Amino acid sequence: MRSEAPSELLRELVAHLRQNRTQLREEWVSRISETRLLTAMTKEEIFAEATSVYDSYVEALETETFEALQAYARNLSERIIPRGVETHEVVGIVLLLRDVLARSLFAKYQTDFKKLNRILDAYEPAANRIANTVAVGFVQERERVIRQQQEAIRELSTPVLQVRERLLILPIIGVIDPQRARQLTEQLLRGIRTNRAKVVVIDITGVAAMDATVANHLVQTVEASRLLGATVIVTGLSPEIAQTLVTIGVDLGKMNTVGDLQGGIEQAERLLGYKVGPLAEAQ
Amino acid sequence: MEVPILKQGQVLIATFQAALSDADLKHLRIGLVEQVVKFRSRGVIVDVTAMDVMDSFASRTLREIAQMIRLRGAETVIVGIQPEVAFAMVQLGLKLEGVATALDLEEGLEYLHEKFKETN
Repeated sequence: MRSEAPSELLRELVAHLRQNRTQLREEWVSRISETRLLTAMTKEEIFAEATSVYDSYVEALETETFEALQAYARNLSERIIPRGVETHEVVGIVLLLRDVLARSLFAKYQTDFKKLNRILDAYEPAANRIANTVAVGFVQERERVIRQQQEAIRELSTPVLQVRERLLILPIIGVIDPQRARQLTEQLLRGIRTNRAKVVVIDITGVAAMDATVANHLVQTVEASRLLGATVIVTGLSPEIAQTLVTIGVDLGKMNTVGDLQGGIEQAERLLGYKVGPLAEAQ
Repeated sequence: MEVPILKQGQVLIATFQAALSDADLKHLRIGLVEQVVKFRSRGVIVDVTAMDVMDSFASRTLREIAQMIRLRGAETVIVGIQPEVAFAMVQLGLKLEGVATALDLEEGLEYLHEKFKETN
């Protein structure tokens, strides 16, 4: 019996998968709902995606190239990640398809064991690579989304607010890591220049603790602000943070601190030559 | 490279160009003080807007300029330090201690005029 070349075998199995497309796809979709995967999607959606995935799968097998599949996987991920689809679900359905197709190959070549083996030799590496490609595409897209969200959170959580002419307030809330501290400083310095601020009140009431690195960063922010001609008033230091600053040897005589934000704003206004009082007094 | 020095009333304004060599800085140090003496200026503004880096030599020279000018009874203000430059400077520990700073030329002039009123 002559032995077919691997590419011939691949063509044969791709032809088989195309011929039996409808039936195999249906089998796959029913296995998906059996194993309760993709519960975040409706039956119609699953069916629509299943068709695209099936066709991309077969095409990848046929062309032995995976770029189109990778692009499709990322595209699919972009759509289903916001729906709450998890990694194990995506990997799960791809492996299910792999099984469904493999079983149909067993069924077709069951009378010719040697040929079955050769067919599987052609099928398995390609099928493994496909599973890998789709899983990796999904995970990469997830990581991209997470990075994007982290960036958005960082931007949102450090607003530089102008409350009066030449007066900026920077309320800091939450955990500051070195990266966030750096971003804060850059935003503040740009804000000082844009708003021509002469006084900045940095309020850290909402910061529970900071380590020596971040405390140093705060000191540097104060110094850099001075180089731009702005005075910094730090308000809301907790006892723990005050301790940290003393421990790292910050010359608190040089750092302008006031107990709370209100006091800080009042002092800032004095520095800027404002006097604020009730209207009755102004009569 | 010559650093242009302009006279505006009782104030001298020296505008740094982008890349000043150490030699340029040394020249400027003497040159500025000579001009302060010649015009009996009460204030000096050093505009470093065009500088995109500030190394320790430049930083030290600026401090020395301020000290020398103070000995002549005049006040120095450094203006125009860019945000990125300020950030880099403090990370290197270059704080320009004891030297007045302002955002730009306008702020620098206002600072000096306030100072002049105090000593009048």
